Amino acid sequence: MATKREVIEREEVVIRFSGDSGDGMQLTGTLFSDSAALFGNDLVTFPDYPSEIRAPHGTVGGVSGFQVHLGHTEIRTPGDYADVLVAMNPAALKANARWLKPGATVILDSDSFDEKGLGKAGYTIDPIEEEKLNDYNIIRVPITTLTRQALDGLGLDMKSVLRSKNMFALGMVYWLFARPLDHTIKYFENKFKKRPLVVEANRRVLQAGYNYAETIEALTPTYMVSPAEIPKGTYRNINGNVATAWGFIAAAEKAGLQLFIGSYPITPATGILEELSLRKEFGVKSFQAEDEIAGICTALGASFAGSLAVTSTSGPGLALKSEAIGLAVMTELPIVIVDVQRGGPSTGLPTKTEQADLMQALYGRNGECPVVVIAASTPSNCFHYAFQAAKIALEHMTPVLLMSDGFLANGSEPWRIPSSKDLPSIKPPIVKEGHENFQPYARDPESLARLWAIPGTKGLEHRIGGLEKDALKGSVSHDPLNHEKMVRTREEKVQRVANYIPKQEIEGDQTGDLLVIGWGGTYGHLITAVNEMRKEGYRVGLMHLHYIKPLPENIETLLGRFKKKVVCELNLGQMAGYLRMKFQDHHYHQVNKVQGLPFTVVELIEAFSKILNED
Amino acid sequence: MEETVAHKLSPKDFKSDQEVRWCPGCGDHAILNAIHKALAELDYNREDYAFVSGIGCSSRFPYYMNTYGFHGIHGRASAIATGTKVANPRLSVWQITGDGDALAIGGNHFIHAVRRNVDINIVLFNNEIYGLTKGQYSPTSKMGAVTKTSPFGTVENPFHPGELVIGAQGKFFARSIDTNIQLSQEIFVEAARSEGTSVIEILQNCVIFNDKTHAEITDKAHKDDRQIILKHGEPMIFGKNRDKGLVLDGLKLKVVKIGEGGITEKDILVHNATENNPGIHLMLANMRYPNYPVALGVIRNVTAPTYERAVEAQIQKVKKTSALKCLDDLLHSGNTWEV
Repeated sequence: MATKREVIEREEVVIRFSGDSGDGMQLTGTLFSDSAALFGNDLVTFPDYPSEIRAPHGTVGGVSGFQVHLGHTEIRTPGDYADVLVAMNPAALKANARWLKPGATVILDSDSFDEKGLGKAGYTIDPIEEEKLNDYNIIRVPITTLTRQALDGLGLDMKSVLRSKNMFALGMVYWLFARPLDHTIKYFENKFKKRPLVVEANRRVLQAGYNYAETIEALTPTYMVSPAEIPKGTYRNINGNVATAWGFIAAAEKAGLQLFIGSYPITPATGILEELSLRKEFGVKSFQAEDEIAGICTALGASFAGSLAVTSTSGPGLALKSEAIGLAVMTELPIVIVDVQRGGPSTGLPTKTEQADLMQALYGRNGECPVVVIAASTPSNCFHYAFQAAKIALEHMTPVLLMSDGFLANGSEPWRIPSSKDLPSIKPPIVKEGHENFQPYARDPESLARLWAIPGTKGLEHRIGGLEKDALKGSVSHDPLNHEKMVRTREEKVQRVANYIPKQEIEGDQTGDLLVIGWGGTYGHLITAVNEMRKEGYRVGLMHLHYIKPLPENIETLLGRFKKKVVCELNLGQMAGYLRMKFQDHHYHQVNKVQGLPFTVVELIEAFSKILNED
Repeated sequence: MEETVAHKLSPKDFKSDQEVRWCPGCGDHAILNAIHKALAELDYNREDYAFVSGIGCSSRFPYYMNTYGFHGIHGRASAIATGTKVANPRLSVWQITGDGDALAIGGNHFIHAVRRNVDINIVLFNNEIYGLTKGQYSPTSKMGAVTKTSPFGTVENPFHPGELVIGAQGKFFARSIDTNIQLSQEIFVEAARSEGTSVIEILQNCVIFNDKTHAEITDKAHKDDRQIILKHGEPMIFGKNRDKGLVLDGLKLKVVKIGEGGITEKDILVHNATENNPGIHLMLANMRYPNYPVALGVIRNVTAPTYERAVEAQIQKVKKTSALKCLDDLLHSGNTWEV
């Protein structure tokens, strides 16, 4: 009975589930997040897993984690440090001990803390001693043994029994946060409709964990995190990759075009190809190509044929696609290239996040090769920016590079579902049969977009290609002045997109001492840090860039409103370099991190304070 | 093919206004001529043709066609053509490529297009040399070929396009010679009418950098004895006097003389291009002078489901059964909650 339960009201709390990569931590974390979302909390999640599918069992390299930050207030980041850590083995403790808040609660599966397990994790003395966790709320639970007992007599094989021990941990955490189990049980009932034994096993273990937590006194107090006050509407959880895929489906529907994706699987972008492969009911043609180059070239072929064409990749794949992006620039065909950035260079850190592809996106091609570059900044706004990327590509007849990253791709958050009728229209410059004096490179005088004559349209037969084009007819031209005219026109066409995008806005103080400048997936951490600074009386604003090429036309004015500027990125300063080139009259401080990890709010505040206190 | 043509087109309807810039005497001129004639014979409207190419002399081809055309980048034409065809299966899509474009830099895309059986027609101009870069050896150059990048002769085995196509589970493979416009035209028509990836190798002469590379089988004095033009359903007979033929001797093909050693016309193998088993087709495609005549004509033409139709069928099937009918359905699918 929980009558004497001590309850602590919390604005927000961070929980990290951690175990071997085969321990089902991603599922455990996802189920917990879904329950929290249904309860009405705002939340942000962040899965953190190794690139090996099954790294050596029990080693630190094989630890898979899932962090969820939930709150009564608006939540922007998955949280820096955890209030509660579930560690299914010693390696999980080793990997996460430094990410604990002082005095945090740690639930350990004591069965796995034997000599063998400790050895694999590299512990020589008592891990609690070694990690200096003596003052923490350490709860040692023989999870493996208790799971086995809970399933006694059910007739399950040992492998299946061990596989359900993550549900014991989840049950305990549900009790800790006073959450009902129904949603999770319903999940298993749906997932294993034809395997009632599996449903029963998971239900029993989940309940056993819940009951166990209630019985032992060590777990009190429990945390109470009330529902958040967020705008009215219908909500769902969504991660960045799914949101990106749906943004393209929405754009295809609005443009009245077929959606084609040509892609090659690559971490962490694969989810986009997978999601679109599932969406045949929307007529999506998904093509898993033989390589990255074929991914973009099939998409370009589909664009030529009149589809909304998309290719998705990560840094190494973007490198392979460069030549074909040049072809898209030259042929002025619409295409969206999604780069879900990961740690580089080369194979780098495939499952870790980074923002080091910016220069590659802007300039990584031969010749003067301008493309529009846009970056999403939260898992859910990947939908909006994918939609915008497609709209710009189609209406301006240009390739658009949409930048995402591993943090956005895999992270999820509640999303207020938009209505299709509220999305803007998309009007590509398609030419119809009967168009008089058609010239393939004739342009709209405002946007400079060329006309799009699609094969199958009578009377508009024409040829395009990678050789320099005559400025009007599109036939091959080696004329020096024509080349210069075309180089300048292609650049100008991309620059004119600035006339069609929203002005840059600043969040927080509109003028003041420090302007924080960021782009991409660091938004949540930056805005949280800026808000914290403002609470402490500093005059700080955040300029988070979504349109990178072209930049909105009011950037320079905004820069002038602050005494100091700091550009924060998960690279060595690529955006800072870009801004220095564009707006040379300003001095830019930098905060950079390249650990394959997001910023922490704590380190940002520290860095900002230091900059503000300098002369 | 289902479309009806408003008026009969003639070869000149397919000539573009661009000046053809291949070298005088280049075999490409004759191939262009044969394509113009073949298209006039086919049932597509002009606007339904898309010619896609990569890089190389042959790849300038789309500029000379008064159809939709896409001059791509080196090696990637198979991928571009695949995307075009999958996006719009109503188009008649042709890929024009060379031995370097298709089999070196584009080798991967080439074999995968063939494996998927996308309904595109790939015309492979094989002159066993890099022409546009002025004379380096290609993946089809004969072992020992002396070129600018192999001044002491190549030390690598060439690809044989037919062998590669059949190895990649190809359903259609044919071979012609640039100068035999009539044969090329017939093959192009058959290739266009055959659904799936059709590969047509044209033995093409580069007058500048590899002149007469195919001469031992194409020169007028010997060609009848060194070529065999295969026709489906007809015995494999060749020779100036039509007195030579092919028989199966154990596991190999063998050239025999009709009338010698009791051999009559009845003993000669009859060509069956539609046989699914590729065994004989592979042997035919691999025949080389001087042991054998070189096989021309349609060597293999097997019916099989095409990629783009399978894609369309899957979409139609899911559309019928899915509960999601519009974007709003999708956005609200799964777990949602009201605030």
